[in-house]
Amino acid sequence: MSVQTEPRASREIGNARKRKEDRRLITGRTRWTDNLVLPGMLHLAMVRSPFAHAKILSVDVEQAKAAPGVVQVITGADVADVQGALPCAWPITADQKAPDHPAIAVDRVAFSGEVVAVVVAASAAQARDAAELVDVDYEQLPAALDLKKARADEALAHPDLGTNTSAVWQFDSAQAGTGGDVDELIAAARVDGVVVEREFRNQRLIPSFMEPRSTVVDPTGEQFVMWSSTQVPHILRLMLATTLGVSESKVRVIAPDVGGGFGGKLQVTPEEVITFLAARRTGRPCKYTETRSESLLAAHHGRDQWQKLTLAADKDGTVRALKVDITADMGAYLGLVTAGTPILGAFMYNSIYTFDAYQFTCTNVFTNKTWTDAYRGAGRPEATFAIERMMDELAVELGREPMELRQQNWIRHEQFPFTSVCGLEYDSGNYEAATARAMELFDYDGLRREQTERRERGDSVQLGIGISTFTEMCGIAPSRMLGELNYGAGGWEHADVRMLATGKVEVVTGSSAHGQGHETAWSQLVADKLGVAFEDVEVLHGDTQIAPKGLDTYGSRSLVVGGQAVVRAADKVIEKAKPIAAHLLEAAADDLEFTDGRFAVRGAGEGGKSVSMGEVALATFAAHDLPEGIEPSLDSAATFDPVNFSFPHGTHLCAVEVDTETGQVSMRRYVCVDDVGTIVNPLIVEGQIHGGLAQGIAQALWEEAVFDDQGTLVSGSFVDYTLPTAADTISFVTDNTVTPATTNDIGAKGVGEAGCIASTPAVVNSVIDAVRHLGVNDIQMPCTPQRVWTAIRTAGRTTADPTTPESTSHFDPDQPNQDPPGPGDHTGVDDQKGTGA
Amino acid sequence: MIPASFDYVAPATLDEALAALQRHGDGAKIIAGGQSLLPILRMRLNAPEILVDLGKVSELRGVFDDGPGLVIGAMTRYDELLSDPLAGAHAKLLVDAVATVADPQIRHRGTVGGALAHADPAGDVGAPALALDAQFVVVGPRGQRVVDGADFFVDHFTTAVGDDEILAAIRIPKHTGWGTRYEKFVRVVHQWSIVGVAAAVRVEGDTIAEAKIGLTNMGSTPVRARSAEQALAGVPIEEGAVAAAVASVAEGTNPPSDLQGDADYRRHLAQVLTRRAVLAAAGA
Repeated sequence: MSVQTEPRASREIGNARKRKEDRRLITGRTRWTDNLVLPGMLHLAMVRSPFAHAKILSVDVEQAKAAPGVVQVITGADVADVQGALPCAWPITADQKAPDHPAIAVDRVAFSGEVVAVVVAASAAQARDAAELVDVDYEQLPAALDLKKARADEALAHPDLGTNTSAVWQFDSAQAGTGGDVDELIAAARVDGVVVEREFRNQRLIPSFMEPRSTVVDPTGEQFVMWSSTQVPHILRLMLATTLGVSESKVRVIAPDVGGGFGGKLQVTPEEVITFLAARRTGRPCKYTETRSESLLAAHHGRDQWQKLTLAADKDGTVRALKVDITADMGAYLGLVTAGTPILGAFMYNSIYTFDAYQFTCTNVFTNKTWTDAYRGAGRPEATFAIERMMDELAVELGREPMELRQQNWIRHEQFPFTSVCGLEYDSGNYEAATARAMELFDYDGLRREQTERRERGDSVQLGIGISTFTEMCGIAPSRMLGELNYGAGGWEHADVRMLATGKVEVVTGSSAHGQGHETAWSQLVADKLGVAFEDVEVLHGDTQIAPKGLDTYGSRSLVVGGQAVVRAADKVIEKAKPIAAHLLEAAADDLEFTDGRFAVRGAGEGGKSVSMGEVALATFAAHDLPEGIEPSLDSAATFDPVNFSFPHGTHLCAVEVDTETGQVSMRRYVCVDDVGTIVNPLIVEGQIHGGLAQGIAQALWEEAVFDDQGTLVSGSFVDYTLPTAADTISFVTDNTVTPATTNDIGAKGVGEAGCIASTPAVVNSVIDAVRHLGVNDIQMPCTPQRVWTAIRTAGRTTADPTTPESTSHFDPDQPNQDPPGPGDHTGVDDQKGTGA
Repeated sequence: MIPASFDYVAPATLDEALAALQRHGDGAKIIAGGQSLLPILRMRLNAPEILVDLGKVSELRGVFDDGPGLVIGAMTRYDELLSDPLAGAHAKLLVDAVATVADPQIRHRGTVGGALAHADPAGDVGAPALALDAQFVVVGPRGQRVVDGADFFVDHFTTAVGDDEILAAIRIPKHTGWGTRYEKFVRVVHQWSIVGVAAAVRVEGDTIAEAKIGLTNMGSTPVRARSAEQALAGVPIEEGAVAAAVASVAEGTNPPSDLQGDADYRRHLAQVLTRRAVLAAAGA
């Protein structure tokens, strides 16, 4: 047995390794779901409703059935008894109302794009051709389209429910015993403080992952095998079993390499259920891959809220109370976590500020539109947007510098751990440090000077500076807390670490990646822990037969929950290896220490005997000479249930130039300093931040799902759904401060959603800041050139320009939080100041 | 999505291509670079019986000097035009505009003639071609005819080219030494123009001697801004004077209202962008 003296090159944690999965992902040398071809495989094409709300009078499939290559045409009526209902895993209240959610509509469609029939044919082209021949006779029904009108029940999305309101959910700090009475403090502030009331529109977005959704089901073995482009193979397996009445043990779900999700693949989809049903009916493998148009139309959407906020503060700027009233668009149905998505923001409107009282009320409303569900950040971007817009409005109201006002009100670093007005315990953070670094990188003072100069010169191009100091709750989530919120599952995660005879390591994780780089990060964790080479760690995931336990990837939970499970499993491997190493070294187990992958007698010095983890693994495999009573295996498992959320935070600063002649917004500088706790791989963290920023900035400037007055998605292709590319953004300046999380051994807080959550208000605040001196106080997202131009042109006028309804305020200046003047309203020019005394 | 099934023929000569059109009548559709047609087929907005691919007709490709003008073959790809020295010297406005089309992949496939024959009013090729007094060489069973710009564009996606005819080339009088600028207004770079302004200016001393202006997406066809051109003649190269001369550039236009902006906003943009384009073209 030779003793290795060469020290290991470097610690893996903190090493900006290039991702080991990228070669196959970037070159396309991998197997996406749509690449799978099975013997005798059939192809599906969907027939979708062109109407937002209609009765299905008849579905004539005869011509389609006779078309070349067609094996079956399936209608809702054909499968009404066996298709079950798509699951809603999060009923937020006991009296929540929801319609049945069929995979194939049976007698009524509730949104444009809903599946009414499915053609199963020998080729994808034949299926598509035959789908054109299915003749559906509809009787149109009044559709609930506008969210506010829907809340008023002007037309019913589901007449049988008798209302469009699905549920009303409230958190009140006085009732919860975590803070004071909101109404009392607001009333007091009306007398001798300041009250700011605003209403914001958080528009509907489309997740727009790169790989369209695709599903293959093979019914020919003992088990049904489903390959699907999903974020949640484990949840999907469970839900297929419960929805379709198949034994869970007879279903295997595989998420092969998945090309992005952003929450858009955190779903059990009609298309997955339909592919399963088609495979079961035909007895042959079936494939369905959506087109981009179908993806934009029928994959779930995100956001879509009206947000009314009332903020009370002292005259010196100290914030006291925050009251939030949300109207959230569910769309036509409740998907997996549709109902709970706005509630994920419930505890985040207070953000990093020390409010004395807080109340959050959310009304979930059905409309006849594509259903909404999780989209990167899910509830928390909406919260961050609203509170960071409000802090700017308060600063304007008080004539204060916006960063300085935030500083006055945020939790100081010495106050951690800090219990928020919602009762959440923020474990760690340092807002001062992140902000100081961001201000320095940004040259905040220099840009403010330039802004002043441009204003004084009356430049046609004005400069604006926007701030977002944010936090989020992620690492979803402690099972007990999910239980209290009535969520249908826990929040644990599972891992196995297997020591192979050759000293190589297999890590099995329940966190199924779809682009995040888990294979690299998990390898780094285990290489450090077990002292093996990074290259010697193989990470296995995404197949319920290989990784049978798991709760999948969403909510920035992978590293802080799944990674922690990996660390714990690796710890157990070391514990199991110790008595065997001691036996090999003829020493007492208690005398051994494990350093850099080797067991040695503590204090024996450099010449002392030692044994490597690989040598222990080989000896364990051989099992020729193990201590009495020791099982011949080092393999270990751990299931970790977090004790708390994690709370990344950061300071984002954006400078934009606004062309006041055209309304065009150009980004000038973007700096963010994020504290995501301990960083395992800086390159992956930076990549997550960059992608998140692009998506968050896109909400501020570019993206919006728009429906016409018939409920047809107008932004139904990338011609009109203006997804930005790298050419539209600038080079971001990113940096990090580190205050480790205290609730996992890694110290990580999660980074998947941070950039997306933080950036939107920084950009919108900067656009408004650029034109605030012209009398503009709000511009609705996305801040399109026309909206910006209209806001400038009509600012300060006593009456709105009659030729442009867009130019009117989105609430009545005399009465806070009034409804918008009409459906044509795009731009809010809020000439309302706070109603301070 | 998968297009409806169609036949396909790729003739080697213009005559064979014309014969194919004759044979198949209005069931035939010409495919050039395919960058607009393929999405239309894939979305099943159109389902021709047969595609006649001009990709192998080499006589339709290239930029040639015919003395007073340039002849640009209809099948000349964008990226070929962008690197063509003749085009750069004598029809720079067209090059400026083509450089803004979509992205490098599309510019590698898309063709000048394909874009003109497709006649999307939001496309970037029509306005500079109109501004530069392009003539359109159309061939058909009855021989060749030359169509002026004013007559070529008829309506949305409609030109003077008949079902049995092919746009073979455009002929552009040389605008050697003219200052040029294509001002394209978009929200994201790969988008169709919300509004575009193509301006070519001949400068004499401190004065605009002559200006030619084409507008993108300000109506059902590309638009020539004749009145603004006349107003600019003899105007000093100075912001206020140019602004005054182009103030009515959008009068009489009929731009669309859509998600990217309403008609009034487009008229306003046309005015701002024309001023900027003319000043930039004049070297201000």
